[in-house]
Amino acid sequence: MIAELGHFALIIALAMALLLSLVPMVGSFKGYSSWMRLANSLSLGQLLFVAISFVCLAIAFLMDDFSLKYVSQNSNTALPDHYKISAVWAAHEGSLLLWALILAGWTAAVALFSRSLPLVLSARILSILGAISVGFALFLILTSNPFERLLPMVPIEGADLNPLLQDIGLIIHPPMLYMGYVGFAVPFAFAIAALIGGQFDSAWARWSGPWINLAWVFLTIGITLGSWWAYYELGWGGWWFWDPVENASLMPWLVGTALMHSVSATEKRGVFRSWTLLLAIFAFSLSLLGTFLVRSGILTSVHAFASDPERGVFMLMFLAIVTGGSLIIFALRGPAMQKVSAYSGWSREVMLLINNLILVSAMTMILIGTLYPLVADVLDLGKISVGPPYFNFFFVPLTVGLVIAMGIAVFTRWKSTEVNLILGKIPVPFLVAIISAGILPFYLSVDYSYSITGGLTIFMSVWLVATIAKDLIEKLGINLKRIAKLSHSYLGMQLAHTGLAICILGVGLSSTYDQTRELRMAPGDKALIAGYEFTFSGVNPIAGPNFSAFQAQIKVTKNNQLVANLFPEKRHYNAGGQVMTEADIDPSITRDIYVSLGEPLADGAWALSLQVKPFVRCIWLGALMVGIGGLLAATDRRYRRRRQSASNNEVAL
Amino acid sequence: MNRIALFIPLVVFAILTLFLLKGLDRDPTELPSALVGEAFPNFVLPSLADEQTFFSERDLGGRVVLVNVWATWCFACRIEHPMLNQLATEGVAIIGLNYKDQDQQARQWLERKGNPYVFNIVDSKGTLGFDLGVTGAPETYLVDAQGIIRYRRVGVVDQRVWDDEINDLYQQLSGEVK
Repeated sequence: MIAELGHFALIIALAMALLLSLVPMVGSFKGYSSWMRLANSLSLGQLLFVAISFVCLAIAFLMDDFSLKYVSQNSNTALPDHYKISAVWAAHEGSLLLWALILAGWTAAVALFSRSLPLVLSARILSILGAISVGFALFLILTSNPFERLLPMVPIEGADLNPLLQDIGLIIHPPMLYMGYVGFAVPFAFAIAALIGGQFDSAWARWSGPWINLAWVFLTIGITLGSWWAYYELGWGGWWFWDPVENASLMPWLVGTALMHSVSATEKRGVFRSWTLLLAIFAFSLSLLGTFLVRSGILTSVHAFASDPERGVFMLMFLAIVTGGSLIIFALRGPAMQKVSAYSGWSREVMLLINNLILVSAMTMILIGTLYPLVADVLDLGKISVGPPYFNFFFVPLTVGLVIAMGIAVFTRWKSTEVNLILGKIPVPFLVAIISAGILPFYLSVDYSYSITGGLTIFMSVWLVATIAKDLIEKLGINLKRIAKLSHSYLGMQLAHTGLAICILGVGLSSTYDQTRELRMAPGDKALIAGYEFTFSGVNPIAGPNFSAFQAQIKVTKNNQLVANLFPEKRHYNAGGQVMTEADIDPSITRDIYVSLGEPLADGAWALSLQVKPFVRCIWLGALMVGIGGLLAATDRRYRRRRQSASNNEVAL
Repeated sequence: MNRIALFIPLVVFAILTLFLLKGLDRDPTELPSALVGEAFPNFVLPSLADEQTFFSERDLGGRVVLVNVWATWCFACRIEHPMLNQLATEGVAIIGLNYKDQDQQARQWLERKGNPYVFNIVDSKGTLGFDLGVTGAPETYLVDAQGIIRYRRVGVVDQRVWDDEINDLYQQLSGEVK
């Protein structure tokens, strides 16, 4: 009964999305303001009914309603309740429902917070979001109904949730990621509405700015959580695999980053208009492409928990309509946006252009690497896979270029900057970076040897931080209280850039100075790695709610001082029979001690993987700072002030 | 010129869509090999355990075996390995084809993760892999007692793949032997 209610609510939501996509749009052309005003209530109604549908599915999971095919495939009576709820989005159908819910949520947020926009513009934006909702609701109802019943043969027990997904990281990682993916629908809708109306000015850029920032923040945090989850849950200490699904999330992130920078140039100086529109279209299109790649099973991926080629056709049609349609509008209406503006060689505009070119090149390299196996297959060049060496080969130099440009860009001004002014500011940060890069690697290595990758990493991080510090000191002087006078978008930018420096430090140092040892250990055996002594005391059987496990006990000491007791597990899940490795980690900023349990060997000995990973935590700490920086920038005063004054104007009228 | 330039993104996207559409007809995980139904290719390659011992296609015959292509550089093989261990304890004969790998690392891997293989063939240059049409690791072939390839799986063999696609065929072929 609850399932039918959920299904019914979904159909009502589809009807509302249909109305939303048609009525306000038609109204905006005919000039019927009552039709346009309907957009707000339809947006809120749509959210209500998608939410009802979502809650119904969650209840079905909590009640162990295995007559639902989706529930029986992804849950089990022994599964703890919080995992039953996260199981709602563990596979294809529920993920799509979550996607639809988040899209409805963003749409309602736009309806609530864009009252100060001109009615025609907000009606069109909401209409376009409604049209995207129609696509997703149809996709759900026609090909991926989560409320499909298994009658009359109702299973007594469910197949259980994939054990890889039984984890706190997986409760929050997909919703965050989807918030980011779907969030790019908002700037996309802003862009299409601007193209339809032919109005695309600084005001447009200011209105869409905070939405771009927010979507980007969610995507940043979503990707970070995904990487963190892979690190501690997959059990062997890796954190990024250049897997097609990871690439699918990185591509919209890179374009979103480019968009965030180019929209600021559009807002302040009125430049890069067509380019900003194109980026807004691409950021969302790449999110859709990512969904298509993941859900169609067109590429092999370790993430392919549930893929189905038949659904791929629908997704591809949807992608073709959304992206193809918007690119046609762009090609036809684009010229109206051209505006000649003057800026010279060392201006901030040029630095932002360099930033955009690098980010978009990085995205293109990833797109080619991800799709090349597919293209080669279609052209009958054979089946080929592209591995991490390809991606690292392009990504490392592009990152170095980006970081150098970022350091210089801080000192540039809009329109044009005196070359001497920039040249005067660069030497100090550059020298600090070079000297650090020359000295520090000796202290980071175990045997006081020099590593070029270590040096390069330190150069990049120190260069970024030093340029940021120099700029802050010049702005603040010695009076720290003046920090309150700096704008949120400036502080957000500096925080995000510092976060990137820390993230690069983590990536570079953890890959350069990682110490990994695979050992056979009997109880009582000791091993010495990077100054830490590991003592293996043995393995005990333990029982969890829906698994049984072997748990090892390992004592870690340094200079005879206890550092940590670690308990890695080898779990055997009862329902599916899967075996999972649960690593145990002693975390700290400067190093992680990472221990995972392998296979039992003869005579009570076990295979163990012992790892010391310097600064690995900085990867996620830095990425988190990048996200918080973006959030800070989204709260900049200029977004709020203009909105207030705009609503005052309306009252005055 | 400017007007035409605005159509470039559309054209690029159209070409991309065509490739994606064609790609949909091709399933990346199944059977690009024309070898199903044909004899396992001839080979003479060393053993992983002992470089002085050599195996050939004749060492496969006489029973139904799974030939599993794996490597230590292969991430998905880590996920697949526990399943192979389980199959081995259930009595399934699995022969490893260690593909483009380092012997030393491969031996460590087996010591650490358990060894589900009856024996391992070292294909460091990928010659046998080339004859088989191996596209990557992991891949698994089901070879019958006459040395004929009956099934090919590109990607991880997990419980579901085993239950849905391999087990019945395996039981049937094993039945024929007895």
